[in-house]
Amino acid sequence: MVFKLNPSAGQPLYSQVVQQVRHAIETGVLRDGDALPGIRTLAEELVVSPNTIAKAYSELEHAGLLELRHGSGAYVIAKRRLKSRAEQIRAAQERVQKLIDSLHAKGFTEEEIQRMFAARLFYDLSIERKP
Amino acid sequence: MSDGLAIETHDLVKQYGEVRAVNQLNLRVPKEQITAFLGRNGAGKSTTIKMLLGITSPSSGTGSVLGKMIRDASQNREMRRDVAYVVEDKQLYAYMTVEQMVRFARSFYADWKMDQETRLLKQFQLPLRQKVQALSKGMRTKLALLLALARRPQLLILDEPSEGLDPVSIEELLQEIVKAVAAGVTVFFSSHQIAEVERIADRVCIIDHGRLLVDASLDAIRREYRRITLSFEGNAPPISPSFPGVQQVKTSGRQVALLARENADAVVELTRDLHPTSVEVTPVDLREVFLETVKEN
Repeated sequence: MVFKLNPSAGQPLYSQVVQQVRHAIETGVLRDGDALPGIRTLAEELVVSPNTIAKAYSELEHAGLLELRHGSGAYVIAKRRLKSRAEQIRAAQERVQKLIDSLHAKGFTEEEIQRMFAARLFYDLSIERKP
Repeated sequence: MSDGLAIETHDLVKQYGEVRAVNQLNLRVPKEQITAFLGRNGAGKSTTIKMLLGITSPSSGTGSVLGKMIRDASQNREMRRDVAYVVEDKQLYAYMTVEQMVRFARSFYADWKMDQETRLLKQFQLPLRQKVQALSKGMRTKLALLLALARRPQLLILDEPSEGLDPVSIEELLQEIVKAVAAGVTVFFSSHQIAEVERIADRVCIIDHGRLLVDASLDAIRREYRRITLSFEGNAPPISPSFPGVQQVKTSGRQVALLARENADAVVELTRDLHPTSVEVTPVDLREVFLETVKEN
């Protein structure tokens, strides 16, 4: 799978990796038994600290989404059929598109809409987060 | 000495005449991680590194590298066996060719990694027959890096390693650092390049005017530092900078911008009593953390 990490985002890099793997499993990009690169290989590929990947993999293993085999890499565990989830995401994307279209129609620019979404989501994230 | 630390200093001071280059520095560098030492030119980075390596002696204070006291000459010699470093004035012999220099360095180390030497010579495209004095600054840095990486150090100390390197070479350098850490090496590198620090470092120590201002993991910075912008109906009310977790308060007309270094959610909760019309919480990247911290100093 293709990872896209943003070092300037207000989210630790390891949790960006975790989130992207979760998302790839939910959308069916990653399936049961698929291999992910080893910690070292992925760290070199993304040019991030190996500790970042180790932490991400250990969190995914803890969540039951990844099996780490010593020396031979990491394997995805996705026992449940997640097709319905993929459909839900598609439906949600359509709703978001409709909302964006209606905001466009009201004269808001893409930048303004993006800013509204980002600020709102980030605010909720900060408020809901428990230490 | 703590087991988990590769470098530890206590109130380290270096005085040059009137100037205090390093001021009561308490540095803690954990093992098997990448720790970046971030600061402006002249902040005290190189002086600190020279003291750690025993090249310069401290005016006062103590420190240890891999458990060896930095002020003890015989312990210092032992320490240098396990530490590879690339410092500003790279100790290379100008009259030798690249090939002679590599062979010369190789003769000192029983556990020299030939495969690493071969790989890096090729990757860095070093001209074997050229004299070291005729190398460009970037090439000299690459040669020094090769000599450091072909050894089997426990700790790699790099002083501004990307200085003078082109973008492709910087990428190669960062990959080599990642490789070394994956093999269990601890890396401590100084830099003023925020982008490279933000990408590969586990921890960052920010130094300014010889003082350590920030010592935190990048994860914590990404998770904790927030800019909170409050907007008000009329002029913004005064907000005390002693608000817990708030590092900075800037008021501009009907808006107040707070920089929180921790507890952003608690800060937002507390500001509710002021009845702002809107509250915006945005992340703060390392560049902003660095600039704001240094500005305040």
